[in-house]
Amino acid sequence: MSGKQQLFTGTADYIASGELQNSVNIAMAIGRPLLIKGEPGTGKTVLAHSIAKGLQKELFIWNIKSTTKAKDGLYVYDTVQRLYDSQFGDHDVSDIKHYIKLGKLGEAFVSPERVVLLIDEIDKADLEFPNDLLWELDMMNFNIPETGETIHARHRPIVLITSNAEKELPDAFLRRCVFHYITFPDEEMMKEIVHVHHPHLEKTLLEEAIKAFYWVRNIQGLQKKPSTSELLDWVQALAVGGIDPEKISKELPFLGVLLKKDRDFNSVLQRLSGRGAPRRTSLPGLWQ
Amino acid sequence: MFIDFFYLLRSYGVPVSLTEWMALMEALSLGMAHSSLYGFYCLARAVLVKSEAYYDRYDQAFQHYFEGIETSEKLTEKVLEWLENALPPLHISPEERQLFQEWDLDELRRQLEERLKEQKGQHHGGSKWIGTGGRSPFGHSGYHPAGVRLGGRSVNKSAVKVAAERNFRSFRTDEVIGVRQFEVALRKLRQLSSRVEGPLDELDIEETIESTAEKGGLLHLTWTRSRKNTMKVILLMDSGGSMFPYMRICSQLFTAMNRASHFKDLRFYFFHNCVYDDIFLDPYCRQTHKIKTEQLLNLLEQDYKLIVVGDASMAPSELLMVNGAIDWNMYNEEPGILWLQRIAAHFHHAVWLNPILEEHWEWTEGYYTIARIKEIFPMYELTVEGLDQAIKKLKVKI
Repeated sequence: MSGKQQLFTGTADYIASGELQNSVNIAMAIGRPLLIKGEPGTGKTVLAHSIAKGLQKELFIWNIKSTTKAKDGLYVYDTVQRLYDSQFGDHDVSDIKHYIKLGKLGEAFVSPERVVLLIDEIDKADLEFPNDLLWELDMMNFNIPETGETIHARHRPIVLITSNAEKELPDAFLRRCVFHYITFPDEEMMKEIVHVHHPHLEKTLLEEAIKAFYWVRNIQGLQKKPSTSELLDWVQALAVGGIDPEKISKELPFLGVLLKKDRDFNSVLQRLSGRGAPRRTSLPGLWQ
Repeated sequence: MFIDFFYLLRSYGVPVSLTEWMALMEALSLGMAHSSLYGFYCLARAVLVKSEAYYDRYDQAFQHYFEGIETSEKLTEKVLEWLENALPPLHISPEERQLFQEWDLDELRRQLEERLKEQKGQHHGGSKWIGTGGRSPFGHSGYHPAGVRLGGRSVNKSAVKVAAERNFRSFRTDEVIGVRQFEVALRKLRQLSSRVEGPLDELDIEETIESTAEKGGLLHLTWTRSRKNTMKVILLMDSGGSMFPYMRICSQLFTAMNRASHFKDLRFYFFHNCVYDDIFLDPYCRQTHKIKTEQLLNLLEQDYKLIVVGDASMAPSELLMVNGAIDWNMYNEEPGILWLQRIAAHFHHAVWLNPILEEHWEWTEGYYTIARIKEIFPMYELTVEGLDQAIKKLKVKI
């Protein structure tokens, strides 16, 4: 690595905590992939967009599915296309290179500038998947046996890996990563986050909504706690619906935006009526 | 540099390897710690710790290494005040009560202070004396962590303060946590069938392309066997009265098991304190909904994986005596322990999950029966970590 190290400091539309910025910069400085874990809805994927935007780099996204193989990210040899072409005889099939397509990792390697590579939801793939990428992420090169070519990374990409902890990642893989766990934002930070997305929101509405949101989140035994993205939707619904801020924590209007499970919905309503708010027989304005 | 911190981390159970340590050194030489302890705290955590489950241990090790937290007067007072409030709900068994009846509150306080001193700095995962669960003579959940959190009262946001806050305590895998974590753990309980049995019913695309290409473009379909999970599981749950305090955690496991769709077969059965001639089909243990244990064992192949959930705490007579069953209308001709042995012998793989934390097994009311049952079934505590270990045991090849 040469020259002055660019530092990531978050972007206008993404609030990154100091610790998170730190982790990103550490990963960039020592040239290792950054592994990001955290509750759903804490902005793991969006972080990659923010890094790319903040540092003005191109972003490559490699979405991992349960069927994804490590090799798919490097290159795909399109044998079927070659077969077709050979059958109709209207293409030159002698050069295998025409049928080698680089995957996202391969593209990031050959890019003329340093890029950001997001390997999204790595835990979706097979257990062995991360291990199959060890060499490529370490040495930053891979070989294509079909053509005898070796692809070297021109610039070491900034690799960001997200995981929802559906599977444990292998130790050998973890050893090579920098790890950061995104904690759920506290009220102050949440205010900033909402402000970034809805800058023209009335202050009292925002405060009331956040208060009510954390009240709901802290109820024990919810099956699915509402997350940041749900709060953002909710705040918008409240603003569009023209709800009086004073009513928010008393009535929790549009609760269906926050809670997606029947049971959670009922238990929150029960708590709400138990908290001294007037009990209602009908629930006006609910989206369910 | 700091090499003893490396070993300290390892002794706290943070799996740090040399690769990571070298990476830390590299980052330090690049000045990534910004010459501050807080910077170092963040840097070392990002590079060395690879799971939020270890954040808490890291915090403790960091705190231990960089500053011993003083047990100030004020802290002790607070703890004692707290203890006073919490004493009444403790349940103490007669034997235990006898041990402690000469003690007045002052004595108890003195003992507690001593424990606190002993534990300072090296407490992790609880000790048998001061721990969670409320069953040990001194214990109550949250007592010690609270003490530690009180420790860093400094106003400045120093690294040690952050470490002392122990914000990541709830991510420890040896803590009892929710359904989701259980589901993740259960996902490891799988056993893919080999490709030797089953019908050829899946198109093998790779092979088809390969062989078609080989035949010069003449389409040649190749079929293969699909791989499925062959794991068959039985969950045998105690629904006796002594299980009542653990209802929440058991129902979380139950939900997670139910949601786990990857088992070939999953069955639930219930018993009351101990298994005798009959096993119940629902958690209410109704006499009308039961099946003969013997019949059940004949019905179920030996390759089912058996998971028993129970506190294994009962009167010794319930386990060891003929007619020892707790229900007045049940007459068991053979002692419960014999049935447990039969069940354990029937299945190739069987484990026992105990909602009582392992650190209490020797001290709780049912310590005698726990010890006896532990000889029959490999026993693990019902936490995510315990379940992990149990699953490893269930997957051992025979």
